Amino acid sequence: MEFPDELRYTEEHEWVLVEDDVATIGITDFAQDQLGDVVFVELPEVGDELVAGKTLGVVESVKAVSDIYAPLSGEVVEINEDLPDEPELLNTSAYEDGWMIKVKMSDPSELDDLMDASDYQRFIEQD
Amino acid sequence: MKKTVLNQLHHQAGARMVEFGGWEMPVQYSGVIAEHLAVRQAAGLFDVSHMGEIEVSGPQAFDFLQYATINDVASLSDGQVQYTALCYPDGGVVDDLTLYRFAAEKYLLCVNAANTDKDFEWLQQLLEKTDFNNLQLVNRSSEYAQLALQGPKSAEILARLTAVDLTAIKYYCFTEGDVAGVPTIISRTGYTGEDGFELYCPTAGGVALWQALMAAGEPFGLQPTGLGARDTLRLEKAYALYGHEITADILPLEARLAWITKLNVGDFVGRQALLDAKQAGLKRKLIGLQLTESGVPREGYPVLCDGREVGQVTSGTMSPCLKLGIALALVETQVADSEQPLQIAIRKRQVAAVRVKPPFVK
Repeated sequence: MEFPDELRYTEEHEWVLVEDDVATIGITDFAQDQLGDVVFVELPEVGDELVAGKTLGVVESVKAVSDIYAPLSGEVVEINEDLPDEPELLNTSAYEDGWMIKVKMSDPSELDDLMDASDYQRFIEQD
Repeated sequence: MKKTVLNQLHHQAGARMVEFGGWEMPVQYSGVIAEHLAVRQAAGLFDVSHMGEIEVSGPQAFDFLQYATINDVASLSDGQVQYTALCYPDGGVVDDLTLYRFAAEKYLLCVNAANTDKDFEWLQQLLEKTDFNNLQLVNRSSEYAQLALQGPKSAEILARLTAVDLTAIKYYCFTEGDVAGVPTIISRTGYTGEDGFELYCPTAGGVALWQALMAAGEPFGLQPTGLGARDTLRLEKAYALYGHEITADILPLEARLAWITKLNVGDFVGRQALLDAKQAGLKRKLIGLQLTESGVPREGYPVLCDGREVGQVTSGTMSPCLKLGIALALVETQVADSEQPLQIAIRKRQVAAVRVKPPFVK
């Protein structure tokens, strides 16, 4: 299982990649492995305002429905248009083709609440 | 949590284990969709040792079973299997089961894992309350391991391990014979809608039987298959699952099980209530629904008609074969039989669903 060093992570198993003031968000390799085959993804719309800690969307595997939480507050500026038709991208490419949304951060200090790769790895090992 | 004799093998195979009916069981090995497709295209092997087996034998075994179950036991010959159910006096379902006739005075009931103790106690109570006394009721669940070999390659795989002529075993028939040196009840039955076999052997032989089947099946693409695929496979064929389509609060007549409910061959527990309900007109009906847009219907989601809740989904999933959301739903009869458009409420969305005559996958 991979946890790239350049990403930040949440306890809800989302990852964040920051470029300037835009954060790309997805779910981790651990999350997709736990979920199993992903068959449906519900994303917010461009322009939606996200609040850190609140639900941003839903991922469904064959067996279960899981909420996805916003790691950061801000405005959705782009969504991955491929996901509705190819939800399996979350399984096959969790950190690249399976990215979910891009958010223009309204409070970059929220990044301080996220874990780095080694902290996240410790977190899931204890969990 | 109870463990089947194959528990360690599942862990070694990297299965994800879950609690099911009081048992620790594999829900998936490689992944639900891959396992599902393996069963449809080649073959899959399920550990179903959690299922219960109750033996009924003796001179009054037939009379007792004819009274306790809703199907017609008289239509069974030696070596045949029958799908049937136990009902309460009010017509609700105690459990659904398969009934094996070994001889006129010897039967085996294969029942749902979570219901084994309840069923056994129910049958014991029935015995005490009635005049049937010349028979034995024995819970043999711990004495059997049970494997389900399912899929179009099943017969070819099994033939490599047994001298028994499998072509002589027709659908819903069984015989006894050695498989890989293990004495086995070989039953041409299953819960996937594919050709296949349910194999019952002494618990101690379960590991050897599993390993021999996996080895013999390898060239045919045999995959170990978990409860996740078991559920999607049965749902594509619209087979009822206890606790979902059939419960103590649902009549078999409402759950598309009129074909096993033989109201005209003598008395059985629940018959009067079922006759009355039929005469009064059934209020609900189980129907198949298929989503026309993306989404996954799930148990408990409301079924809507003109904005009104007219029923609920009893089981739903994303069909791996159709790549569409499919559901069984218990719906008001009048609405079910009409052509009024239906929707399934999925969180904040109302997703259009069309009625489909089951099975979803032919």
